Amino acid sequence: MLTKRIIPCLDIKDGRTVKGVNFVNIRDAGDPVELGATYARQGADELVFLDISATNEERKTFASLVKDIARHINIPFTVGGGISSVADVAPLLEAGADKVSINSAAVRNPQLIDELSRAFGAQCIVLAIDARKIDNQWTVHTHGGKKPTDKKLFSWAKEGQERGAGEILFTSMDHDGTKHGFAIDPLSKLNALLQIPVIASGGAGNKEHFIDAFVLGKADAALAASIFHFGEVKIPELKSFLDEKNIVIRP
Amino acid sequence: MKLVIIKYNAGNIQSVSFALERLGVDFAITDNAEEIRKADKVIFPGVGEASTTMHYLRDHKLDQVITALKQPVLGICLGMQLMCTFSEENNTECLGIFGETVKRFIPQGDLKVPHMGWNNLTLSDSWIDRSVDHQYAYFVHSFYVPVNAHTSATTEYIAPFSAAMHKDNFYAVQFHPEKSAETGERVLKSFLAL
Repeated sequence: MLTKRIIPCLDIKDGRTVKGVNFVNIRDAGDPVELGATYARQGADELVFLDISATNEERKTFASLVKDIARHINIPFTVGGGISSVADVAPLLEAGADKVSINSAAVRNPQLIDELSRAFGAQCIVLAIDARKIDNQWTVHTHGGKKPTDKKLFSWAKEGQERGAGEILFTSMDHDGTKHGFAIDPLSKLNALLQIPVIASGGAGNKEHFIDAFVLGKADAALAASIFHFGEVKIPELKSFLDEKNIVIRP
Repeated sequence: MKLVIIKYNAGNIQSVSFALERLGVDFAITDNAEEIRKADKVIFPGVGEASTTMHYLRDHKLDQVITALKQPVLGICLGMQLMCTFSEENNTECLGIFGETVKRFIPQGDLKVPHMGWNNLTLSDSWIDRSVDHQYAYFVHSFYVPVNAHTSATTEYIAPFSAAMHKDNFYAVQFHPEKSAETGERVLKSFLAL
């Protein structure tokens, strides 16, 4: 059976992982390749590397980093951050990335989803959506969740699917960083609405939260960053816990 | 042993190369017919769309080169589908090594298309190391080859389908061994050990 996926997310700036990482048995936690390889060994199903560089100069470092990641890591990975054209994507996929995630640029120019999907196939286009509940409406935000837009989560996700996105990565800005669990309600609505896989993101604080995302939220995958980086939840333990709870998981 | 990866417009050549590098294997990437014919083993990778890819192969006469090979050949993902006779993906005539038709997955209930992620393998042929039986491999595909007389491993998604096949000197996998962690490495090693 197809398994649910556990996806650690690494933020990269100037070629280094940004958030503090507290890991035993790792020489250089700031090295995205080594950290990614560690997660792969621990049983992560996929990895996401998000370039949060502010300048073009820093971004150049990222492209060469992607090749280094592909050279050393034997599981699929997605790269994202600042992608706004077909020309941005080609070198990343050629370097060995399996998928790219797009966010703000797609909100600005929805046609980008069609173009990327046609050029590279839907399976490698992840539409990342950051949303926050405003006046009882899940409102799409851009620029790392800072800028509200006039788009709404559900209609935007559906449009993304129709334009050719292969996956939706939904982050609840209301839950992100709280460690109180994923945004279950919008997740289950997204999963009922869409025919493409949905990745839950934002709010993971303990192992039980993943059960909720998979069982109640019906998510296909769950993404988290700091709880993995700080060792609060360890992937092998998380996976055996999910297995005990009858979630189909790759051991 | 001389190993070559066939160079064409396949999306996963870089990833397959890196996987072979990790195994410490020497190889060349080439579209030179003579070099491909002379190799001891050939890998036919593949990520992309069937009709565009078949056009490319025919334009470069690689279709004739591949079907005439006598040494072990491993098709990966789209490579495996193109080894069949026909694909429902834009109704494409393929290479005809396996006499099968590649079918489109029809989404069913919660089962979405593409079939994307980790799924388990049930082995029925010995070219793949037994330790891989019931292990998980990484799949990304919207089309599949039904179970047939040449199926070497089966996976279930919507319907049971061929996760791996074997006929004469032709071997094929639907999943991505280059992205399937240790399980994928064992499958690649199985092919390299033939």
